[in-house]
Amino acid sequence: MTNLKTFLFAVALTLTPGVGTGQALDPAELLKPLSDSWPTYSGDYSGKRYSALTQINQSNVKNLGLAWTSRITAGLNNAGGGGRGGGAAAAPTIIGGEGTGELNESGPNSRSSRIVSSILEVNGKLYFSTPDNAWAADARDGHILWHFVWKTKGGTHTGNRGLGMWGNRLFLETPDNYLVCLDATTGKELWHKMLAPLSQQYFSTNSPIVIGNHVMVGLGNDLDSPAFLTAYDPETGEIQWRWHATPQEASDPALKTWANLTAAKFGGGHMWIPGSYDPETHLYIVGTGNPTPAYTSKSRGEGDNLYTCTLVAINVDTGKLAWYFQTSPHDTHDWDSTQTPVLVDAPFNGRQRKLVITATRNGFFYTLDRVTGEHLVTGKFSPTANWDKGVDSRGQPVRNPAKDFDIAGALVSPTNAGATNWMPPTFSPDTGLFYVTTQDSYAMYYLMDTDPRGSMGLGGKDEQGAGSLGTFLTAMDYKTGKIAWRHQYPEAGAWGGTNVGHALLTTAGKLLFGGDPGGNLVAYDPATGAILWHVHLGDVSGPAQTYMLDGKQYILVSAVDSLYAFALN
Amino acid sequence: MSSAMRFRSGMLTHILLTVTIATGALVAGQGSVQAQTRARANEAGAVSDPAQVERGKALYGVRCTFCHGADARGGEGGPNLVRSGLVLNDTKGELIAPVLQNGRPEMGMPKFDLTPAQVADIASFLHTFRAAGRDPARNAPPNVLVGDAKAGQAYFNAKCASCHSVTGDLKGLGSKIADPKTLQQTWLMPGAGRGGSTVTNVPPKTVTVTVSAAQKFEGRLERIDDFTVTLVDAGGMSRTFIRNGLIPAVEVHDPLRPHKDLLPMYTDKDIHDVTAYLASIK
Repeated sequence: MTNLKTFLFAVALTLTPGVGTGQALDPAELLKPLSDSWPTYSGDYSGKRYSALTQINQSNVKNLGLAWTSRITAGLNNAGGGGRGGGAAAAPTIIGGEGTGELNESGPNSRSSRIVSSILEVNGKLYFSTPDNAWAADARDGHILWHFVWKTKGGTHTGNRGLGMWGNRLFLETPDNYLVCLDATTGKELWHKMLAPLSQQYFSTNSPIVIGNHVMVGLGNDLDSPAFLTAYDPETGEIQWRWHATPQEASDPALKTWANLTAAKFGGGHMWIPGSYDPETHLYIVGTGNPTPAYTSKSRGEGDNLYTCTLVAINVDTGKLAWYFQTSPHDTHDWDSTQTPVLVDAPFNGRQRKLVITATRNGFFYTLDRVTGEHLVTGKFSPTANWDKGVDSRGQPVRNPAKDFDIAGALVSPTNAGATNWMPPTFSPDTGLFYVTTQDSYAMYYLMDTDPRGSMGLGGKDEQGAGSLGTFLTAMDYKTGKIAWRHQYPEAGAWGGTNVGHALLTTAGKLLFGGDPGGNLVAYDPATGAILWHVHLGDVSGPAQTYMLDGKQYILVSAVDSLYAFALN
Repeated sequence: MSSAMRFRSGMLTHILLTVTIATGALVAGQGSVQAQTRARANEAGAVSDPAQVERGKALYGVRCTFCHGADARGGEGGPNLVRSGLVLNDTKGELIAPVLQNGRPEMGMPKFDLTPAQVADIASFLHTFRAAGRDPARNAPPNVLVGDAKAGQAYFNAKCASCHSVTGDLKGLGSKIADPKTLQQTWLMPGAGRGGSTVTNVPPKTVTVTVSAAQKFEGRLERIDDFTVTLVDAGGMSRTFIRNGLIPAVEVHDPLRPHKDLLPMYTDKDIHDVTAYLASIK
């Protein structure tokens, strides 16, 4: 606890601006277990997405009804949104950015109109984002307070995972790689900083994570430019430290897992989904992306390619690696391990332990000690995964090179989209189960490019789907690594893209919420998977969340361009 | 990696200024191809306008790169466009436009709201990859016919012959689907997945909904989730039933179930052998 107190004191000292105003996020809120508010990506730092709220519970969830809905209008030339047809005054639109605006997307089918972000709830206000866009809304009725649009210079516009908050400031990553700092009250820009050059094919979809006076930022890149996690100063936007996922210097001990320094430097490992944070150890625990070239891996050498596809623990004060556990050594299928790690204090082999749990895109499930990185459990959450030759003494799967790919085609499970993907899992201390959206799917992987000189990024292969045996809501036992139960979504096909919703939530009301492939928001019994309540929304694109305001608990979810809030009737 | 290195170390500005078309060749890592690619007319004779290619490159970067890759050779879930027959056959967006406008929801591809001019810009950018994509020195010709046709015949007789016959429903399959890779994708999972042929006639999923011993409805499965099931009966009428757990009883009949059940059973050799055998059924 001494560490925690010191840390709280340090945070309080650095957080003077904006704290006095009604909007500002009290830094102490960020250290509390998830309850009334939702001040960071996963609700709290643990990544559990388990809320202590109990007003909505198993006995009354059948009475859940619509409290309000609100629709956004993304892009330029759209004033505000939310006031459509109602005659209400349009909310202000604030425009920033260094582009011309010609590339900004709008319209119902644009990714800028698809909310996949986690939604912050702080002091009665909601804050959320899509590529190039951010909004504030009133948490009592959803009406839009302001809309910020960034005139983009380009970059992959696949989705945006959400905003970070520090005091009265919000942080947005843009597809053309800027960190934009906004005033939470007005939506006006305070500053922006370039994160990486667009010309090197970087793109940014991540949610910044605010820890003390650090804004943690990871990027994306599907070519093979170097991957790094950077801490920025929330006041000035200056870089505090940077950690590279792969060796950038000859002295790096991880270099022995690569063919040479060039291969290592451009070896991938991008952290495009936020990690979780342990305030007691000051460790930020995050999953790294796939190595590159992703498929034709000859140029990477025969080694493990550290620290790609790895769960890493980074000290937030120093930016130094404390421990690591590689979840997919020498990956050859673009199965990045960027899934949200979940920090749990729970019994293991007769004693209470500080654990981290992760289910990675390659179909494997792990329980580790989060203080030391000690491996405890390995399991498979997708029984069809067929690319390994078993698990070695370190608890890591051993890749079967015959299943890398083949000129004539290799039948591999999972598909490139993975046995799971970015959609956040949840953990309920009530059941001791870890819940994750999964699929058992197959594809033929054809090697198309046998010349490693030219292999870059994700090219060099042709992946053609061969069918799915099912899509599931899967409950995993962290003590054994075995499936406790799973609910198959009827006749649901494989997810083709990676922007499906189905991010999960558990609550102390003994409820498990999530979107399903049929477009329903569903409440399940977390002990059994029994269905307790549902509503059809069409396409549940974002995470299920909850907050408490004026004595009323809300369940909040996004469905494409609309927010829906539910409460007890 | 040499081209990758140059790409990163400050050459890009120069390249962009020189001619955007070179980008496609750069990805290929072949200097000679790069020279050939400059100002190259595509098959239809349309000469790429550098400004149009530049606009198309920017649009592609925003809308397409994530799934199809920055080098159009395939990315997160999306197929390689350099070798796509549709893209190769397209001249100025006329074949690409319907795909962009309608999406391919069954493959996870969304719709895009683009003007005809924007589609033409994207097409123009994609066509800059053409020469590189066809460089025989770089691309391994997909040699899918590596299996043992005799072993494939034995496998077919053991696992497939209860439903299929090479003198019946599969007569002449090797001629109907001449490309071995397409043939392989098609027999593995007919009518589903990428790269399969459409010559096969896959019957739809059907469903039986038993409301009571006296009331039973059957038809083509239109939609199902945990809460409703919709079928279209023989008369063309669409009926939706509310589902409440096991009531009413719902039984889905998937004609591809045997193909799905085999997925965990195959070795890659089995697959290549069966493909070699079926390719010989002319």
